[in-house]
Amino acid sequence: MQPFRTLTSVVTPLDRVNVDTDQIIPKQFLKRIERTGYGEFLFFDWRQDPNFEINQPRHKSSQILVAAKNFGCGSSREHAAWALSDFGYRCVIAPSFADIFHSNAGKNGILLITLPEEQVQALLDRAAKTEGYKLHVSLEDETVHDDQGFSAKFSIDPFRRYCLLEGLDDIGLTLRHADKLDNFEQAHNTKHWLAPRT
Amino acid sequence: MAAKTLFEKVWEQHLVAEPANEPTLLYIDLHLVHEVTSPQAFDGLRLAGRKLRRPDRTVATVDHNVPTTTNRLIIEDAIADKQINTLRKNCKEFGVELYDVEDIEQGIVHVIGPELGLTKPGMTIVCGDSHTSTHGAFGALAFGIGTSEVEHVMATQCLPQSKPKTFRISVEGELAQGVTAKDIVLGIIGRIGTDGATGYVVEYAGSAIRSLSMEGRMTVCNMSIEAGARAGMIAPDETTFAYLKGRRHAPKGAAWDEAVASWSKLKTDPDAKFDREMIIKAEDLAPYVTWGTNPGMVIPVTDRVPDPAKAQSDNDRRAFERALEYMDLKAGVAIEEIPVDRVFLGSCTNSRIEDLRAAAKVVTGYHVSPHVRAMVVPGSHLVKQQAEREGLDKIFLDAGFEWREPGCSMCLGMNPDILQPGERCASTSNRNFEGRQGRGGRTHLVSPEMAAAAAVTGHFTDIRQWEFKGEEVLA
Ligand code: SF4
Repeated sequence: MQPFRTLTSVVTPLDRVNVDTDQIIPKQFLKRIERTGYGEFLFFDWRQDPNFEINQPRHKSSQILVAAKNFGCGSSREHAAWALSDFGYRCVIAPSFADIFHSNAGKNGILLITLPEEQVQALLDRAAKTEGYKLHVSLEDETVHDDQGFSAKFSIDPFRRYCLLEGLDDIGLTLRHADKLDNFEQAHNTKHWLAPRT
Repeated sequence: MAAKTLFEKVWEQHLVAEPANEPTLLYIDLHLVHEVTSPQAFDGLRLAGRKLRRPDRTVATVDHNVPTTTNRLIIEDAIADKQINTLRKNCKEFGVELYDVEDIEQGIVHVIGPELGLTKPGMTIVCGDSHTSTHGAFGALAFGIGTSEVEHVMATQCLPQSKPKTFRISVEGELAQGVTAKDIVLGIIGRIGTDGATGYVVEYAGSAIRSLSMEGRMTVCNMSIEAGARAGMIAPDETTFAYLKGRRHAPKGAAWDEAVASWSKLKTDPDAKFDREMIIKAEDLAPYVTWGTNPGMVIPVTDRVPDPAKAQSDNDRRAFERALEYMDLKAGVAIEEIPVDRVFLGSCTNSRIEDLRAAAKVVTGYHVSPHVRAMVVPGSHLVKQQAEREGLDKIFLDAGFEWREPGCSMCLGMNPDILQPGERCASTSNRNFEGRQGRGGRTHLVSPEMAAAAAVTGHFTDIRQWEFKGEEVLA
């Protein structure tokens, strides 16, 4: 996983609430067995509209998406995170995120920043008004700021932060606890009523 | 000892390690696998030279992509075909038991787990699928995960998890005739919104929940994720044990008694504290219909499409307007006047035997409206067989429904069962997102009874006013 430290990029404003993962990557693209190549299908249905934010030339090569509340709700498909990252997004800012998407994003090096609704609205407004509107994100300092005086602190779960900063593989981290796992499992195996098959 | 909630009891029995400043490592008892969210996980294992830690705790099936027509081995979509074949190969290579299309125990992953008795109270259960919350109906802690987590569970049989908060929703009193488990959960989502339970594990309690069958409880827990919940749970009781007893993978003999003794302790203690509580009166619930593009956009069938001007915020108003435009609906239109083109009876929310019985009862003696194409897709082969033994297939076929082979089908339209652009569907599934059932398709979520009634009349119809014909056929 690519480590995430700081990022400066043009912002794509997506002023919609409850953006679900079915929109981020529609089901017809879930049949592939690869992990890559989903970027071209990102927001496939919405992108049929030439005015859709992501289609606008001014947002080309943007790596920061700003959206309204409950971003990433619905299906657990990690393809949503793959599509965002494959398209080039490395950071999403919103007032809230759905749980499973939150975890999927982290595992793919995408930083999710939760900011209060008013601040997100301010970013959406500025990005809509100012051509080439940019944000600077620092995960090290947990800050977001622009060149017009906007500045905000965010906070993120310390462990998630550490993994993102270092670009760490989760399985490797878990295997540090292999002894505990072996011991636990031995005792747990005796609870036959928790075994799937009899 | 401190009083504990059901969730806390299950959580604590699965703590492998609690490293400082890191998420807890939670042991996973059952890992369910399907074709769509697993290929990249198996690939990851192969790349890292890892094995599957516990094949005996892993079960796979094919459901999302499979055709629901009789010849199921021929999949015309080459990419879907490849995905299914990839699962077959992966299961062989890694030693995972697979319920393949021809297998009599194949079905939607969340239908077969409980049906085969793989799902049990007190377990931790995960699957690369958000509706894993279904299994919480047994008092299991069951939640959906992404593909990286699928790989993690395959390799280690555990998952790093931060502890969710707890939320008890009690539904008290008696449900009115015609108000179903589906309406309970739609009513809840309508009240708290699609992010109302984000960050929480919900425990459903109260007399109306306790009086539900296992099928009904599964319907309620299934849609927990539509309120954003990490999981939904219901304490196991006599209804749970009666459902499980004798199932293929349920414990037998002395082991059964021991299991029941352990499962019986899985109740929230009287003094246990929840982070949040909510009480709903069963009598306030009605048969619901969604009007918009998420499950929180829902109103009683006797109501009218709401006016965006009444939305609580600017954001919500815009979302309302977008939804109405997508759904091609005008504010103020009576729900009962909305005509439907298609009816879909199926999905892991409502494709179990009881759902089919309830719908069959409604259509007995009637015929599907000439403007409607209606299909029934049982949740599993076993459900289908049981329904056929009871003659339900005949009732549906006589009434003009299509009777199909099990799978996810039009719940998400990954196979050829999809809506055409502009088509409007009364669906017993769980998501009415834009394009979910086919690009440009318009989905209204309802209970099986309401779907059946809409199929007959050609528009949404209050099931409470239904004239049942020939109930004796099913008695
Ligand atoms: S029936 Fe629908 S919701 Fe359930 S597992 Fe299949 S696709 Fe997902």
